[in-house]
Amino acid sequence: MKLGINGSVREVTEDPDQTALSFLRREGMVGTKEGCASGDCGACTILVGREISGNISYQTRNACITPLNQLVHSHVVTVEGLADSGGLHPAQEAMLEKHASQCGFCTPGFVVSIAALVEAGEDSKREAVIEGISGNLCRCTGYAPIVSAGLCALRKKHRSSLKEKNLFARFKSDDAPRSEYARPLSETELQAGMRGSPDARLIAGGSDLMLEVTQGFRSIPCFIDLSMVRELRAINETDNQIQIGSSVTYSELEHYFEARSKPFLSILKRLGSRQIRNVGTIGGNLGNGSPIADVPPILLAWDATLELVDAHGNRRSVHVCEFYKGYKETQLQDREYIAKIRIPIKSMNDFHRFYKVSKRLEDDISSVMGAFRFESVGDEISLARVAFGGMAATPVRAMEIEKNLIGQRITNDLIRKVESQILEELEPISDVRASSRYRLEIAQAMLRRSLQEFSGQERLVITEL
Amino acid sequence: MRKLPQAASVEHSEMHQPVAGQELPHESAIKHVTGKAVYVDDIPEAPNLVHVACGLSTIPSGAVRSIDLDKVWSSEGVVDVITWEDVPGSNDVSPVYDGDKLLAEGRVEFVGQPIFAVAADSFVLAKKACQKAKIEYEKAVPFLDARMALENEEFVLPTRTFKRGDAEKSLVSSKNRLEGEQLVRGQEHFYLEGQVSVASPNEDGGVHVISSSQHPTEVQKLVASVLGVGINRVDAEVRRMGGAFGGKESQAAAIACLASIFAIRNGRPAKYKLARQDDMVQTGKRHDFWNRYWVGFNDQGLISGVEMHLAGMCGCTADLSEGIVDRAMFHADNAYFYPSVMIKGFRCKTNTVSNTAFRGFGGPKGMMAAESMLDDIARSVRRDPLDVRYENLYREGRDTTPYGQKIEQHILLPMMKKLEADCGYRARKVAISQFNESNKFFRKGLALTPVKFGISFTAKHLNQAGALIHLYTDGSVHLNHGGTEMGQGLYTKIMQVVADTLGINQERIIVSAARTDKVPNTSPTAASAGTDLNGMAAKNAAEIIKRRLFDFIVEAFEVSFDSIQLKGDKFFFAQKEWAFEEIISQAYLSRVNLSANGFYKTPEIGFDKEKGTGKPFYYYANGCAASEVVVDVETGEYRITQVDILHDAGNSLNPALDRGQIEGGFVQGMGWLTTEELLWDDQGRIISNSPANYKIPTAFDVPEKFTVSLYNEANTVDTIYRSKAVGEPPLMLAISVWCALRDVAASFTDYQESPPMNSPATAEQVLKAINWARARGVSQ
Repeated sequence: MKLGINGSVREVTEDPDQTALSFLRREGMVGTKEGCASGDCGACTILVGREISGNISYQTRNACITPLNQLVHSHVVTVEGLADSGGLHPAQEAMLEKHASQCGFCTPGFVVSIAALVEAGEDSKREAVIEGISGNLCRCTGYAPIVSAGLCALRKKHRSSLKEKNLFARFKSDDAPRSEYARPLSETELQAGMRGSPDARLIAGGSDLMLEVTQGFRSIPCFIDLSMVRELRAINETDNQIQIGSSVTYSELEHYFEARSKPFLSILKRLGSRQIRNVGTIGGNLGNGSPIADVPPILLAWDATLELVDAHGNRRSVHVCEFYKGYKETQLQDREYIAKIRIPIKSMNDFHRFYKVSKRLEDDISSVMGAFRFESVGDEISLARVAFGGMAATPVRAMEIEKNLIGQRITNDLIRKVESQILEELEPISDVRASSRYRLEIAQAMLRRSLQEFSGQERLVITEL
Repeated sequence: MRKLPQAASVEHSEMHQPVAGQELPHESAIKHVTGKAVYVDDIPEAPNLVHVACGLSTIPSGAVRSIDLDKVWSSEGVVDVITWEDVPGSNDVSPVYDGDKLLAEGRVEFVGQPIFAVAADSFVLAKKACQKAKIEYEKAVPFLDARMALENEEFVLPTRTFKRGDAEKSLVSSKNRLEGEQLVRGQEHFYLEGQVSVASPNEDGGVHVISSSQHPTEVQKLVASVLGVGINRVDAEVRRMGGAFGGKESQAAAIACLASIFAIRNGRPAKYKLARQDDMVQTGKRHDFWNRYWVGFNDQGLISGVEMHLAGMCGCTADLSEGIVDRAMFHADNAYFYPSVMIKGFRCKTNTVSNTAFRGFGGPKGMMAAESMLDDIARSVRRDPLDVRYENLYREGRDTTPYGQKIEQHILLPMMKKLEADCGYRARKVAISQFNESNKFFRKGLALTPVKFGISFTAKHLNQAGALIHLYTDGSVHLNHGGTEMGQGLYTKIMQVVADTLGINQERIIVSAARTDKVPNTSPTAASAGTDLNGMAAKNAAEIIKRRLFDFIVEAFEVSFDSIQLKGDKFFFAQKEWAFEEIISQAYLSRVNLSANGFYKTPEIGFDKEKGTGKPFYYYANGCAASEVVVDVETGEYRITQVDILHDAGNSLNPALDRGQIEGGFVQGMGWLTTEELLWDDQGRIISNSPANYKIPTAFDVPEKFTVSLYNEANTVDTIYRSKAVGEPPLMLAISVWCALRDVAASFTDYQESPPMNSPATAEQVLKAINWARARGVSQ
């Protein structure tokens, strides 16, 4: 398989579960560091460039949980590839000028994340810099000089050598697909692949699956990669619904929902880090069955349905409400995949609010995620969706509470009544993220807040301050 | 006697700025940003290198009944497997007191304790092999927290007491009394580069070991000890660490020892690199502390007597806990005078990983007791906490610590007054009160707290250092010293010292890896003392060489010693300028020794551990910080909105590096006190065992309004360029954040009571404190 690394063409044949990080380091590009091997620290951040219908764009990724095979025909740029004959990259110059490295171990990752902002031509804004480095941990500097360096780099003049015409032509080839790492381009090819390799693991972003390799030290001998399947990459709107392909990444969702749902956008911005959002998909968030995933409660509140497809092309539609069967257990059958997520446009136009509480505000898994949608006729509630993550073994709707809200006017008494029902209807566990008691308290606070906001008392959440 | 014209000399010194005090970039900064700085795991691997992994205990306490390693041996790529019986020399790798076993000997004392070790062809194959062992245990009842161990009097070392006057009597006769308790949880170091070591066998039956360690000499000693060979057969080398923070002071040695055993047994280089999760489970952390205090005070909040019990969760062995709990006791006064006092320090033995050094070395835990107590007093006498802090600060006549050291430099009062004015403390307090009264969903808090931190190792013998300087005939300089570079900029500062002492440009100097065969018998780079000790030793070495060069000039050119100057890469004598290289080359031809050892030992210090009195510290470094927070009072979520710091680094050797230490130390302390929650389950397993569930701060957590100023006042004692140590003290400035969060909860009692709040103050803990305060508020 062919790819580009720092401007050079490489032909590689590696095990399907070989990570980009271990490959780069083995090949002597040791500037890319391993800090955690789980996609949490960003020391291994690389730039991955793709040319799609003539447009070249680069995104940051965690090399530690990226299968090398996924980078076919891409241009990988590591910290070693940023400086060119013209000297240091603006990101490097700025890090130097602002005294932004101490031990230096996380530095290459920060340099690459800031370089991504420079290459994308971002404005020199604090918010952009912080978002760009949201997946990079530093234990020495306290970040202040790194943020300054980011702002400084974005003010520098830069002539990129990464977007030259014909650069990507060199990295492309018509090599025969490998059965151990299949990259179907259409659902038909995908289904054929699934029939041909019944034991193959489906991979999209890999941000969860690859942990089996890097943390559990298990081999995955065969993959089918969903990230190039045309139909699964698309977002389509019809008159009454939007259809989101399961391989659409969080970064793409951010872009799509920016003008459509501010509450969803604000949750997406706190979901993982920039590096994770560039690869993680909505399908993966649902398919891994986690009770603390951020998207499922939102889809519950929106009455979304999922289109599930098997290896023979048989399609069935499942309401997201019925998708979860138990802890990490879903309706997905063996050799079945999630193709699309359908969201009624009406749901998105209704009043909705999503709240997330986590130990750390950015790049953390929810302690509790709350999603709410209400509609009223006159001043009586006519529709209520109250959904939670982190409050049970699966993402759940509080159906009793929903029932009790219908036909009611929002009063303090009503709020008190449904709040107390949280204690009856939900039994969350205590774990490393939060105690059961705290989970119940914040679920109550979220429910109260959503009803107050619905009745016109708009307010900010802590991350907006 | 011929003299240089005075004018020329003045003109020249104006042209040449001293290097010390300049904001030079970190000596490796260009290598950092280009990815060219080499860390242990970046060194090209020899083709026959083996990779090490360990099989770990899955129970917290008990006997190992049987170990079946057959499937481990037969696992793919396995080269060698060892248990404690295969250790050629001693199986004990303790830094001070015995007890830390390299591999468990029949008993296990924590979940994650290494029982056997594997060497294999790859890291993954070594890890896979470890999963195949069958180990049977006979479980014993574990002690899993400090409180439980204290109640059962389970200690790793005896309890110590600092005592002055009759604290008990003073408490009884005080007008007002309060008591309090708090659990202050520990902290995972989370150095970005995990523990790692590569050992290569040498021809003398020893090894050359490259590791990520703050203490190469201890690596060397313990490797020699486990191999059963003389120390002279082992060389330990450390070029740089990807962060350490105390976590690589004693903990790096066992890693190096295991790699060395496999290197010797197999005649192949061996690398032991800990997977992040193993690192978080298997190596020591900051201690949890359970603090209790009883205090008597007057209506102004002036303290008359204090009793404090500080119980550190040491884990299963002593490791460095003797000094760590001592330091908690040394800083249980923080900056305040306790007329009658009794401070007890307990070293609790628990069936958890043996806790170790972490930036502040116990100091932060003692200081948390003091600062939380001062807030309690202030609210009980209804004064602003800052005023009660002023009331109790050490000052002339009230200047002796509980351990008998006199505070000589009263710098904190002017510093705090300056910060109070500069950050607009009083006006913001008023604004915050108004905000809190008018806002239903959010409340704000503000706190200004001081730090006084004693500088010196409390183990006196460690306060020594060596350096080695070679001057080559082209005028280039090679510099070694006993200190290690972990990002703090030590190498840069030492380079500045040598450049200045020799009067040359720093570009002539290369500071190379710390190596035990260049500078022997070194102390760990710890206790913030790296620059103080090694800077002085390097200066001493540079002065020796300079003197030899001047003596040579006196003899060769017949000029007086006093007439010679060396500045800006040039010698000045005989009314002429001479190129540095020219004189060096002539000196070599005249057989002048161009290599020198320097040495330094800290003067004046001494402490009687048993009596608990003396002068453990050469001086104190000081600082103060004001932090403001805003809290969502329904969920406990919060943001830190403004931080202003004024810090005392003496005459700063490099203000840019010092600011980096202050900002970084503060944010690390902020993490410790806010989102970093170290948790075990009831089976003794660490459940915060990965960066997915142990959350150090991100850039988003650091406020935009974050100012750091240096209080430029020369150290009163004779340190290197009258600078002050700056590594650890800033971490404790973050206590202001914790106090500000508690200030928010206290607002619900109209600031009349201090809600109990453990640390870290996660959103959950903050909400708990708010709920406590709300309930009190209602009952009043």
